[in-house]
Amino acid sequence: MSTMSDAPKDSFRLSQLIYDTRYRSITIQVVALVLLCVAFGWLINNTIQNLAVLGKEFDFGFIRSVAGYDINQMLIDYDNQQTHGRAALVGILNTLLVAALGCATATVLGVFIGILRLSKNWIVRNLMAVYVEGFRNVPLLLWIILIFAVTTESTPSPRDFRGENPEASMVLNSVAITNRGVYVPTVRFANGPSTPLAEGDYVAQLAEWKDDRRAAVRDRGILARTWMSTTTLPARTYVAAVQSGFIDWLVVFIALGGSFYAARLVKRNALQTQQDTGVLPTTWPLRLAIWLIPVTIVFWIMGAFLDFPEMAGFNFKGGLHLRNSLIALWLALSLYTSAFIAEIVRAGILAVSKGQSEASFALGMRPNWTMNLVILPQALRVIIPPLISQFLNLTKNSSLAIAVGYMDVRATLGGITINQTGRELEGILLMALFYLILSLAISMVMNIYNNSTKLMER
Amino acid sequence: MSDTHAQTVSYVRDTMLSESEPPLTEKGVVKWLRENLFSSAMNGILTVLSLIAIYFIVAGLVPWLWNSVWTAGSLSECREVLSTSGLGSHDGGCFAVIVERWQQLIFGFYPSDLYWRPVLAFALFFVALAPILFAEKVPGQLLYFTLIYPFLAVWLIWGGAFWMPILIALGFVVGYLTLVFGGKINAIVGVIGAILAAVVWWFLIMPFLNGAINAGVANSRLDAAPATLQAEIDALAPEIAALEATMDDTTAQIGDLVANKDAALAKVLELREQGSAFEAEQQAFLSTMDDLMVVREELAEMNLQLPLLTDRQRKARDLLGRVNNLPDTKARIAELRSQPATESNAAMIQTLRASVADTQANLGLIGLRPVSSREIGGFMLGIIIGVACIVLSLPLGILLALGRQSPLFIINKICVVFIEVIRGVPLIVWLITASLLLNYFLPPGTNFDLMLRVIIMVTLFSAAYIAEVVRGGLAALPKGQYEAADALGLDYWKSMRLIVLPQALKISIPGIVNTFIGLFKDTTLVLFIGLLDPLGLAGAIRASTDWNGIYWELFAFIGLLFFIMCYSMGRYSLWLEKKLQREHR
Repeated sequence: MSTMSDAPKDSFRLSQLIYDTRYRSITIQVVALVLLCVAFGWLINNTIQNLAVLGKEFDFGFIRSVAGYDINQMLIDYDNQQTHGRAALVGILNTLLVAALGCATATVLGVFIGILRLSKNWIVRNLMAVYVEGFRNVPLLLWIILIFAVTTESTPSPRDFRGENPEASMVLNSVAITNRGVYVPTVRFANGPSTPLAEGDYVAQLAEWKDDRRAAVRDRGILARTWMSTTTLPARTYVAAVQSGFIDWLVVFIALGGSFYAARLVKRNALQTQQDTGVLPTTWPLRLAIWLIPVTIVFWIMGAFLDFPEMAGFNFKGGLHLRNSLIALWLALSLYTSAFIAEIVRAGILAVSKGQSEASFALGMRPNWTMNLVILPQALRVIIPPLISQFLNLTKNSSLAIAVGYMDVRATLGGITINQTGRELEGILLMALFYLILSLAISMVMNIYNNSTKLMER
Repeated sequence: MSDTHAQTVSYVRDTMLSESEPPLTEKGVVKWLRENLFSSAMNGILTVLSLIAIYFIVAGLVPWLWNSVWTAGSLSECREVLSTSGLGSHDGGCFAVIVERWQQLIFGFYPSDLYWRPVLAFALFFVALAPILFAEKVPGQLLYFTLIYPFLAVWLIWGGAFWMPILIALGFVVGYLTLVFGGKINAIVGVIGAILAAVVWWFLIMPFLNGAINAGVANSRLDAAPATLQAEIDALAPEIAALEATMDDTTAQIGDLVANKDAALAKVLELREQGSAFEAEQQAFLSTMDDLMVVREELAEMNLQLPLLTDRQRKARDLLGRVNNLPDTKARIAELRSQPATESNAAMIQTLRASVADTQANLGLIGLRPVSSREIGGFMLGIIIGVACIVLSLPLGILLALGRQSPLFIINKICVVFIEVIRGVPLIVWLITASLLLNYFLPPGTNFDLMLRVIIMVTLFSAAYIAEVVRGGLAALPKGQYEAADALGLDYWKSMRLIVLPQALKISIPGIVNTFIGLFKDTTLVLFIGLLDPLGLAGAIRASTDWNGIYWELFAFIGLLFFIMCYSMGRYSLWLEKKLQREHR
């Protein structure tokens, strides 16, 4: 019997690299790695040669050179004497702004429509189906361009609001819809932290810093500027934050955050009481007060008032100016993505088996309790992962901003900067890197949330 | 119990009562209304709100469509037509723009006399697709047509010599044969040999063969060529002159008609102002408008004809000159060759040879008239890019999906990084990469068609998405299938090819169709790098003086076409999903 099979040989033969499954996987991987390196080497070699032919260098120095172009929408301090890097940052913030606005609106709309699509009401159900199919099956770019065309070409110009008998009038005397954008009332603060500063020495100091920096660049070159930028960065950031009213809103948000935690604490205590005694104390008046009172006090102390847009000369002054490009992009992104989110929500709710709601009714729960405590928590698990990818899609789709001239990172770093400096390779690399990091960050945050709502299995 | 009752009960009903009608609220329309529209107070409110919304939409849309103008040469003429009926410029649509430009929106600047080629290619596309989508309803032999179709479609759309697609297809045959015979020695040798053989065929043997055939045909035609070309040039000259004369006449006619039309319009408006009857004048105005449109159409037709004729003439002249120069050029090559070889000499020989080859290619063309990629646009462009990219990305996507499932660490990581990087960056960035950067990554001096670059980049892009779809299909397959394949002693590729992939791909078809819908919608993004997709053309139309300020009609038309295509594909994918679900139960 022992002669039936050969004893395994320990000696290693070269042919084992191909024929022995133990080693073959290593062979394949090494071959793949070598091929990959060769391919990359080839690409990089080509790039180096092409750059040499064009007389260019691979150099990110352009980030520090003066941009020289204006951006029509800025969330941070910027003028055309600042660097390409700063312009890119302005673009990045604009991308983030429209992505955040779009995600929020799309989620609200999408959830609303998704639930209505399951309504017992025939007419509502079918209207929502028309909405979803209509928006889903037409390219997003068409929506963006169409909304932009409608908002710019079918709305009155600010000039029409002038005179004794104006051709156009403001909605409710407070919102002006014009072909230059929409002017809405905004909350401003008469004596918030920024008010005394706005007219104080700090602004003069900021101007002085800027002058100094320009002089330094003129006299001693770009390195001096970098040094000065670094040394004055914290101070400048502070002044800029205060000046733009960011600090005022920060105070409001801190108050709101405090209310959120306090309200949650009250709710938790109430639930604890219910567990201990079986009686759920009524807490909603208390929680409402916790939400409203601190914010009201903060608003009152800072002297909040509504700033209405007003006709001044040939254009509107005051209020908040939402450009048509932002509105078109925001609206189109929200409407388009909300159609997809609605389908996700609908599928998520349908995925919860009917037995769950029947069981909950059998336990004597009311319909809204059933929805809140039984169906939604289970549906959310199905909804969240595809929702994440919709948020990612929306963020990536915000790069279509270029169609309406919204200055996002694609338009600043990937558009004007590339055209002005001729640094396509570096510019596109940086832009791709930004989008990649943003995508990975969003999916990471959402995955953390996903894990926290995941079914706890034993 | 029943016994005692049998004696005590004095009356037992022995016939059933006839069924009574259900109450009014429980039958027919009323029941449907109660259940579907007014089942609760909330639902009632929703119904009323929806009805109000529908009313506003219909009230706005129906008159606009009803009053819409279909014959006019510009937006201002549309408004004139509307004004004769006393309507404002926003009270009726101006679909005349679609009537005038629909061919452009669908075909781009493709030569109008060759429209049959893309249309035929599109129709054959469904024939080629049938054995895949409706496998059980069509004969299996159609699959051979599916294999031939890509080459046929490329030839139909871009034109060129008829042997080119055959030569390209032969590359695949050579690769396949190498795979079969090399595979007998060793699988890895077979695969590498097949790829090498195909590459050698395409880049070394095929250009040589093509040149040889071209030269052969050209030489056989060489003697007769000067005479035929001269005859063509001579014949074209009077034709062009006649066309130009007719065009001048037509232009003058249009001028007269426009004057008539303006006069009629003024009259109608005047009568309208006075409050007297103006119907007859309005009819006269509208009929003038119709005449105007007919004449304009003729002019537009001639406007398309003229460049075609002059182009033919120019090309014939050009070719004639080069054919006449051919002996000289050949003599010069021979002379340069006899001289000592220097770098400049070599370069010179290269250019001269290229010129000879080009002349021979032009002279020795048997096939369809070549059309350049720049002329392709509109929906046709979107469909070409979408279909080409999905078809090309399928093999790559399947490989990536298998790689992502693979236990081999390095291969797995390469695939994961590739997929995540591609998916993490928007398509528009990849498109700019294709238009600006691809030249950096290729050997110096390479420069090829922008459309081809876009197709390469979008293929890589969609491969990452297809990979995720296929991965879903692979994951959905029960583990028993993999284990059964292993138990049968099949190696990895055999188990994948025979057991796993047929099932996994079948599950993934709906996902692939959805990816295709997304990709087809995303083809509109090529407008950012200068290709003329429908939206790019719409921009061009909106920028023209005639149609400046038009948007609803144009975008409604484009949106409707996109909607029809995407919606029907989405329905197909849903239908398939349901059918597959039933089969799996």
